[in-house]
Amino acid sequence: MPSIRKPLIPLAPHATNALGLTVRDYEGTMSTLCAGCGHDSITAAIVQTFFELDTPPEQIAKLSGIGCSSKTPTYFVSGAHGFNSVHGRMPPIVTGANAANRSNIYIGISGDGDSLSIGTGHLVHAIRKNVNMVYIIENNGVYGLTKGQFSPTADVGSTTKRGVPNDVPPIDPVELALSLGASFVARSFSGDKRQLIPILKAAVEHHGFALIDVISPCIQFNNHQGSTKSYKYMREHELNEIDSVFLRSSAQITAELPADSKVSVTMHDGSVLMFRTLPEHYDPRDRNAAMNYIYQAKASGEIPTGLLYIDRELSDIHDLNQTVDEPLINLPLEKLCPGNSALVKFQESFR
Amino acid sequence: MTQKIDQVTNLGQPGPKGSGNRSSKLPDKTNDFAIRFATVNGTGSASANNLLLKAIFRMGIPVSGKNLFPSNIQGLPTWYEIRVNGSGFTSRANTFDLVVAMNTQTYETDIASVRSGGYLIYDSSWFIPPQILREDINFFGVPFSTLFAEEFPESRERILMRNIGYAGAVAAAITLDLDVISELLDETYSGNERIRNSNHRALELGYNYAMENFNCPLPIRLERIDKNADKILIDGNTATALGCIYAGATVAAWYPITPATSVAENFTKLCSRYRRETITLEDGTTETRSNFIVLQAEDELAALGMVVGASWAGARAFTSTSGPGISLMNEILGLAYYTEIPAVIIDVQRTGPSTGMPTRVQQADIMECAYASHGDTKHILLFPANPEECFHFTVKAFDLAEHFQTPVIVLSDLDIGMNDWVVSNLTWDDNYNWDRGRVLTAEDLKTIPKFYRYADEDADFVTPRTLPGISVKGAYFNRGSGHDRLGAYTESPEGYIQVVDRLAKKHKAAANYVPKPVIELKDGARHGVITLGSCEMAVKEAIVRLESDGLALDYLRVCGFPFSDEVKHFIDTHEFTVVVEQNRDAQLRSLLILETETPPTKLRSVLSYGGFPICADDVVDGLLNELKD
Repeated sequence: MPSIRKPLIPLAPHATNALGLTVRDYEGTMSTLCAGCGHDSITAAIVQTFFELDTPPEQIAKLSGIGCSSKTPTYFVSGAHGFNSVHGRMPPIVTGANAANRSNIYIGISGDGDSLSIGTGHLVHAIRKNVNMVYIIENNGVYGLTKGQFSPTADVGSTTKRGVPNDVPPIDPVELALSLGASFVARSFSGDKRQLIPILKAAVEHHGFALIDVISPCIQFNNHQGSTKSYKYMREHELNEIDSVFLRSSAQITAELPADSKVSVTMHDGSVLMFRTLPEHYDPRDRNAAMNYIYQAKASGEIPTGLLYIDRELSDIHDLNQTVDEPLINLPLEKLCPGNSALVKFQESFR
Repeated sequence: MTQKIDQVTNLGQPGPKGSGNRSSKLPDKTNDFAIRFATVNGTGSASANNLLLKAIFRMGIPVSGKNLFPSNIQGLPTWYEIRVNGSGFTSRANTFDLVVAMNTQTYETDIASVRSGGYLIYDSSWFIPPQILREDINFFGVPFSTLFAEEFPESRERILMRNIGYAGAVAAAITLDLDVISELLDETYSGNERIRNSNHRALELGYNYAMENFNCPLPIRLERIDKNADKILIDGNTATALGCIYAGATVAAWYPITPATSVAENFTKLCSRYRRETITLEDGTTETRSNFIVLQAEDELAALGMVVGASWAGARAFTSTSGPGISLMNEILGLAYYTEIPAVIIDVQRTGPSTGMPTRVQQADIMECAYASHGDTKHILLFPANPEECFHFTVKAFDLAEHFQTPVIVLSDLDIGMNDWVVSNLTWDDNYNWDRGRVLTAEDLKTIPKFYRYADEDADFVTPRTLPGISVKGAYFNRGSGHDRLGAYTESPEGYIQVVDRLAKKHKAAANYVPKPVIELKDGARHGVITLGSCEMAVKEAIVRLESDGLALDYLRVCGFPFSDEVKHFIDTHEFTVVVEQNRDAQLRSLLILETETPPTKLRSVLSYGGFPICADDVVDGLLNELKD
């Protein structure tokens, strides 16, 4: 049950962040997912990310659809408002919430069925609208809660636990997002926290829609020999050539500036995203290069991971609508209601 | 054969005054007649029709205009109907004293729709097949095409001006004050002298031809009165959009759909007038910024999702749609109901299941909206009867949605939403203060030991909520899955029942908050009539007509759901009551039976559901039929 609280075991004193909060303050209730589930590792990475970014918990709004992945917002940042909505519909809920209050940090957790089957229409339009949010697809290629049906990301030939192969071609969320003009596209692996945390940090700071496809094996239904989303398969096929670091403060930037940094992107808040290693001729600001790289890797059976593409100039939903800086929810009625004299004047043209 | 053709040709020549007169003649119908205009859609006839409607309105006479248009952009038959009635009964007429037949495709129906003794104005440049001629009506031929071909050589202008030409001919036929109509043209085209002059020329061409050739004045005549001094002529969708503005809505999410599109479009237009502000940036330059967002969603489901997201975050948000959109929104309606998030939905109803007839009217979403979504759900509904109520009920919808933390659906319809109605001036109380419901601030949260989302209910069974971004103490997990009164996930029968039972009581409590029913009682009435929304005008006219025949009927119009006690009392105190509504399945009657526990035998039905706005004649016939035994 998500309401189960975690035991408060007094361990060695936890380190505190700039807000004086410990990592425990960014945790949620006990996970009820299966032991060894990839999703729990992602949850842990999210906890670490917000802790290290010194994010005030109340500023976070965590939303999800339905499915195993969509249960996870309960497991991080208890002090944040959460919204577990309906299957596939999280993107419009975030779109509306973000429209109403632009000052919150929106993080949406979804799965491959939620995002790429029932909710595909919503995902693509949230990308088009460039809603300022972090969008994580916890991708395991399978419907876990209903016990093991193929999801739309299951590869052709990948089998069920009982050995039945999938014969319908998959949707690749990274390719989809790139083709739609998404402003931030990353792929990672739940087993690789070192890579995932900097990507998450950059996604939080990114001004626009940040899609992170995280391959997250389903220990129960999709971690067998014939699966292409298993821990084993991912460890053998992950192509981790794009390595980035996220540097928050100016002190950090000076101290940790990697000598071999190939590309650096300054985020809206002044923090810097550095790409430490990149394949030859690869520029994560070049959409065509990113697409070519991904297609070529795929042809040779590899799954490239890392922050694959970023465009920090793209206008977000508020830029496009020229909304005031103040969140719309804070506008007083006097500012919104034109009053009786305006109504009298308005009606002159209706006589 | 030759004989017959000659007959038609003769009709094309108006000849001496009074030509075309036959034996039957209309009685004096001053300020009491109906006109039908038959045209082809996409030819710009709307401006001519609106010109006439507004001119009659300015003569102080109650009037209505009903646009019966196809679901098409160009080339199909379309009709516009004007009913003039000095007593104020302006529901749709079903026979016409004057028909303007400008569409050869529909001559047969149009000629058939003229009242015996009535008039047909037609373009005598074209041929009328003799078999559809009638002896009992007056044919007024105006060679519009020939006349206007000479005057307006450019083809697009000729088509448009021909419309103004028939407006001129009609003006002459019904003694419309030419000054009023000229003034309107001056106002409309004040910025473009060339177009203004063309319009004046076209108007005069039609007017003068009619004055010379028709037997004016006719019995269908206008006479200036003074009934519109405090009135405006407005469509419901504009009034609804205005209501959203005045209620302080900042987020609108919608998907284009007939007949609701103009709600969102008008809202956007009004926002650009009332919701833009100029701000000065740090570098001294200025920028215009918006105090609103209009989101054109990917579908209706998403549109309501956006509204729910925005309301959850604390904004006043709404969506506008029609029946097919409501079908899609069912899922999110259930989510909002169960998680108790406000949402305002404007449903401008149209005809039929599936795509149905998108440009026709019905009141057929009543049952669907009352119980939308799977599981046990009930929603608050408001039933405006005209644009004035669209304005006020829309504001009310936001107050109720936030007060009760639940979706509120405003059930307008195509007739109210897209046609121009004469209504009282809209007024606004500057002391209005929005009811934001029980929303705890960070300060409020400091005063309580712990916050639980679904505990601490008030007299209306509403529990306090908090907004994201406010405080860690107010954080809770909003979930459409089973939850108990503390807001925690539950699969326990007790935990579940406690919440949904409160929801039922909360819905019931709203009965005292929705607009009160309108009740008009008559001495000696044994039977009642219940109706709703745009039926009002036709039902009231029918009741007056029946009363003059010695049959007294009490009247009640429901304005909201859940029903208040007055509704049940009204039904209980009559032998039986006839429910008049515009759908096949007597949906309001069903809802009354279910929700007031009235025995079915106490409620009878008069139904109109062909897609055209309801007529008083049909209501009279229907009521007589129900009351005869």
